[in-house]
Amino acid sequence: MLLLTEHKYAQVGGIRTTLSVFVDPLKYLVDLPTTLVEQATNSASSYSALKEENARLREDQLVHQTRLLKFAALEKENIRLRALLENSFKLGEQVLVAELLSVNMAPYEHIVVVNKGTRFGVHPQQPVLDANGVVGQVFRALPFTSEIMLITDPNHAIPVQVNRNGLLTIAVGSGQLNRLVLPFLPSNADIRPGDLLITSGLGGTFPQGYPVAVVDEFTAQPNKAFATITATPKALLDRNRELMIVWSKSIPVPLITKPVVNEEGAVNEVK
Amino acid sequence: MRLNNYIGFFRIFITLILAMCLRVMPISGDVAMLNPDWVLLALVYWTLILPERVGIFHAWSFGLLTDVLTGRLLGQYALAYSLVIYICLKFHKRLRQFPFFQQGLFIFFCLLLSQLLLFFIKNLQHPAQLHATFWLPVFTGTLIWPLVYGLLRFVSSFKVLK
Repeated sequence: MLLLTEHKYAQVGGIRTTLSVFVDPLKYLVDLPTTLVEQATNSASSYSALKEENARLREDQLVHQTRLLKFAALEKENIRLRALLENSFKLGEQVLVAELLSVNMAPYEHIVVVNKGTRFGVHPQQPVLDANGVVGQVFRALPFTSEIMLITDPNHAIPVQVNRNGLLTIAVGSGQLNRLVLPFLPSNADIRPGDLLITSGLGGTFPQGYPVAVVDEFTAQPNKAFATITATPKALLDRNRELMIVWSKSIPVPLITKPVVNEEGAVNEVK
Repeated sequence: MRLNNYIGFFRIFITLILAMCLRVMPISGDVAMLNPDWVLLALVYWTLILPERVGIFHAWSFGLLTDVLTGRLLGQYALAYSLVIYICLKFHKRLRQFPFFQQGLFIFFCLLLSQLLLFFIKNLQHPAQLHATFWLPVFTGTLIWPLVYGLLRFVSSFKVLK
């Protein structure tokens, strides 16, 4: 009964949430050895290695900072141009850093658990990124943990576009951690190995413009309607322990502020 | 006596919790496919040893907790475990007389039944293309049963208070 009920209706989620309060500590318990080992290796690393890493990070920081300066100018320019086109522009995103718990949920599904849940405001269908690209989306948010479906899960599909020419398509998970499949492109599509795929923003789940994968194989099949295309995800799906959960503002911010008409009928521009 | 009762209960509880931890233990790569259903093995053991104490209620509640833990459809493990434990309760007297090999065979069928139920439920949910490796835990579970049996035997014979 319960089975059918949950499959059909979402209301049973309350039961799951309540039970998860008892079960979630187990996930942290299982994760404990991994965390301890990591901490031990961290504290055991030598002074010179740390110093080296620090110097490297500082350098990186400088490079990124300079790049950001340019980025800010570009963003402003973009906003101005869009304003000329009378287009609205989605402003910024907010991120929360979550750490992976080394817990194995089901071997044949690509679902991972992170240590931030609804208590931090995480909700289902939020996009999850890492430093290199899109990782997946929040599949289920529990009070203390949340489950994240990776883009390579066989049940996952993500709307993407080719960065070079804006060709829209959908990337489907293959069940292998290093491979995505693009099953809906015809054999004469303008796509070639090395093309970067970015999120297209269609569907509303993923914000536009984040790198997803790089095309690594394109095989045109003359006897079939669609070509066989595979891509490698940009994000380090099996290696990263830190992930970013993203909140994108769903309401577009209007750029041209509406003129206000005052009593005399004169038009005032609102600052 | 009463205290002993509590200790007995606590013991069962702890072993089941440990089994749940083993269920989600992080193993990398293909070895994860082999991870047997520890919770069911522990439940079957306790049902065979203490049928008056561990029964369908335990099976159902720990099944439900396993559902939440592994993020399955709520109730599928609860259903599978309850059914298997019901059969164990029916047969526990006979099973104690069985030779070792036959007991292993029984465990094999228990695990197979549970996995079969999970398979049906998964197919109802969305007809998925399940890999053949889905059935591997049944075999590893059977192989690991003597170990579980010996370990839990040690735990249950361990007397804290007389």
